[in-house]
Amino acid sequence: MAASLTPAEILNSSDERRVGATPLVTLTLRIRRFNPQVSEEPWWDEFTIQVDPYERLVEALHQVKWHHDGTLTFRRSCAHGICGSDAMVINGRNALACKILVKDVAPKVTIEPIRGLAVLKDLIVDMEPFFDGYRAVLPYLVNDEETERERVQTPQERERYDDTTKCILCAACTTSCPIFWSDETYIGPAAIVNAHRFIFDSRDRAPRERLGILSEKTGVFRCRTTFNCTDACPRGIEVTKAIQEVKRAVLFDRP
Amino acid sequence: MTITHTYDAVIVGAGGAGLRAAIEASGRVDTAVISKLYPTRSHTGAAQGGVCAALGNVEEDYPEWHAFDTVKGGDYLVDQPAAQILTEEAVDAIYELERMGLPFNRTPEGLIDQRRFGGHTANHGERAVKRACYAADRTGHMILQTLYQQCVKRDVRFFNEFYCLDLLLADDGRTAGVVAYELATGELHVFRAKSVLFATGGYGRMFRVSSNAHALTGDGLSVTFRRGIPLEDMEFFQFHPTGLYRLGVLLSEGARGEGAVIRNRDGERFMERYAPTIKDLAPRDVVSRSIYQEIKEGRGLGPRGDYVLLDLTHLDPRVLEEKLPDITEFARVYLQVEPTTEPVPIQPTAHYAMGGIPTDVHARVVTGSEETPVPGLYAAGECACVSVHGANRLGTNSLLDIVVFGRRGGDDMARHCEETDLPALPVEATTQTLDLLDGILTRQTGDNVADIRAELQDSMFDLAFVVRSEESLAKMGELVGSLRERYDRIAITDKGTVYNTDLMEAVEVGFLLDCAATLVAAAAARDESRGAHYREDHPLRDDANWLKHSLAYRNDDGSIRLDSKPVQMGPYVPMERKY
Ligand SMILES: Cc1cc2nc3c(=O)[nH]c(=O)nc-3n(C[C@H](O)[C@H](O)[C@H](O)COP(=O)(O)OP(=O)(O)OC[C@H]3O[C@@H](n4cnc5c(N)ncnc54)[C@H](O)[C@@H]3O)c2cc1C
Ligand code: SF4
Ligand code: FES
Repeated sequence: MAASLTPAEILNSSDERRVGATPLVTLTLRIRRFNPQVSEEPWWDEFTIQVDPYERLVEALHQVKWHHDGTLTFRRSCAHGICGSDAMVINGRNALACKILVKDVAPKVTIEPIRGLAVLKDLIVDMEPFFDGYRAVLPYLVNDEETERERVQTPQERERYDDTTKCILCAACTTSCPIFWSDETYIGPAAIVNAHRFIFDSRDRAPRERLGILSEKTGVFRCRTTFNCTDACPRGIEVTKAIQEVKRAVLFDRP
Repeated sequence: MTITHTYDAVIVGAGGAGLRAAIEASGRVDTAVISKLYPTRSHTGAAQGGVCAALGNVEEDYPEWHAFDTVKGGDYLVDQPAAQILTEEAVDAIYELERMGLPFNRTPEGLIDQRRFGGHTANHGERAVKRACYAADRTGHMILQTLYQQCVKRDVRFFNEFYCLDLLLADDGRTAGVVAYELATGELHVFRAKSVLFATGGYGRMFRVSSNAHALTGDGLSVTFRRGIPLEDMEFFQFHPTGLYRLGVLLSEGARGEGAVIRNRDGERFMERYAPTIKDLAPRDVVSRSIYQEIKEGRGLGPRGDYVLLDLTHLDPRVLEEKLPDITEFARVYLQVEPTTEPVPIQPTAHYAMGGIPTDVHARVVTGSEETPVPGLYAAGECACVSVHGANRLGTNSLLDIVVFGRRGGDDMARHCEETDLPALPVEATTQTLDLLDGILTRQTGDNVADIRAELQDSMFDLAFVVRSEESLAKMGELVGSLRERYDRIAITDKGTVYNTDLMEAVEVGFLLDCAATLVAAAAARDESRGAHYREDHPLRDDANWLKHSLAYRNDDGSIRLDSKPVQMGPYVPMERKY
């Protein structure tokens, strides 16, 4: 233990910072609802619950679903920011509900589905157009050279594309992009991030094909550098920087 | 209305095991993958620390040393021929992942880097060895992404957000397909097939504190169990020592591999007392029990004295940033602790199911003590029990298991499909599924599903966790029974057909109850302590009576019948497990 900290100090310093240690707070969730079997138009619902301030917002949504309205529908799985299921518009900004703590949004939070993709029910949107963009950029390593062991790649070469390997395909970036809202044929930031991950991988042999795809009119030059995507990314990926690097590679026709 | 599809091979689950099987089978036979989550949402993506193989890139190592560690780590309940296959095929499996594009961390020479992990040793226990290959602390994420990328490349057919709810067996006993519920539309689909592989993952959501995703509810185990297939070694469930306090979110053993240590309220590195040779890198069952002991003896921290600390403060902050970035962030976001300067509150968290659907080394599902294969039926990954993990899995052996036995399963499925014709569907193929769903949908008032789940999770955590006894298990057995009775009277709010997750969650709780009932029954019967199964009232291992796998069958009235089968031995003779 760091010499500066005694166990008593740890006890006193950090206990109030965690789940179960502090009194519950009141949280009002204002949620945009849609259910094609109920109404053609979306509507708003409000739920007020008592919840632990250090609990994740996704668990507050669970509390509503489990104890107030079982029809409230959203995707989630891992509950710690790693599966990419629960991107939502939370107080106007894209984020994962499992990476927001209640205390940071109480007493009131507004939750809407991510924009630019068709809403199917409540917070669930049609992800297929998003994955179509991903699949379009050849998101896999192309290299048929035979090797007996692993291919050699130096730590520096590995570092070159490290940032974009973190992507969990949550769509927070793409659905925060004004260009994507106005034109869904734009391939979107997430697809470019995943292209970047291969274009700058020293082992890949198809950067030119990918650059060709990205130079098309649905591709990388639609980007107007608004940085929404970088702000939205829950994995801290420098999305705009990756897009700029891909643009440059397209211009010079090499990584 | 029911929609019928016909494929040669159907794979249920799109985590690492399902995807690896799909890559193998799809090139050879007509293959479909059904998954209740989008493939990239699978919990394989949450795996952090590493996947091991005796590459010997950093120091001397051999598959045989790895096999020894696996058998000893599993407290000799491991089927030794399977462990030999696992550890020998490990090396090529890692090279293959690298060739598919997996961005492993590298040594200065550009080879795959390796680090230490719990229970992995040089020369049969002499010292910790660097065997875990890794990609920072997102190894599972990179495996899942890489395998999914390869499926995109091969244009594998996916049915995403389809819940498999039943297994169909033909009248002659052959596998005939599965029934699945399409979440978007509420429609039932019958998938006819010559072979079916379950790769549905674990069921850690049975416990209150868990590292597992909400979706991990033991579906594949319960679906096959309800069709008469036994479940093997269910009493062996791994509790990982370092979960974030109360949340259970995992802090990888890779942290201790990089030098982190666990301390009690006196600041003492107590693992030195429990495992003098490899200390904090002892296997998980040993460390979790040691933590329990410390807390029991009053050396825990917090108002309830119920946690200890993972101390990373002495590590170079660059190590945290470069090799453990995700877990560093978890501590910051979820506990608001700064791991470079403050130790992180941790407690054991429900983590991994060693038991599951019994299979042989070709991933074929086998029943009975004679290990009779069910023609066309396969299982791989965490839902299966080969058994390579025995009574306690070593860290990094599961990611290895899913690629090695996922590949073997896909390969054998393809072979089987090429040799057989399509079995006829049993009559009334969807009756059981319709009964299940209608039963839940038609009741207007009744018990709340979430209450039942919460009580199950709380009581399993209190009564069937790191330490168990005859008394605690008897109590838990009764509780599962009464929860089951309440479950039969549940009612839900959502009666619609569009994304009815209310309905699917209700079904999942039923699956969890099956898994809990078998776990508790097998744990109550096994009056010894072995690996992760620790009985306070029988603290020693009893090889004379219990060096055998348990099998739990479902009787027609829903009760459980226990049986056993021998462990397949090999070169390693059981000895006392010291670290
Ligand atoms: C936090 C964490 C960290 C870990 N770290 C490591 C590590 O460092 N090294 C290591 O070796 N192991 C690790 N493990 C263990 C390892 O990650 C898992 O055991 C392994 O990934 C399981 O893979 P799987 O393919 O069997 O299942 P999963 O990846 O869980 O996939 C299950 C699949 O089944 C599908 N499914 C489930 N039910 C149904 C249904 N009814 N119908 C249709 N589809 C269904 C899901 O959609 C999903 O696609 C870790 C585990 C956790 C939880
Ligand atoms: S780049 Fe970031 S925001 Fe965009 S899909 Fe990937 S993880 Fe999500
Ligand atoms: S639930 Fe997995 S990212 Fe939020």
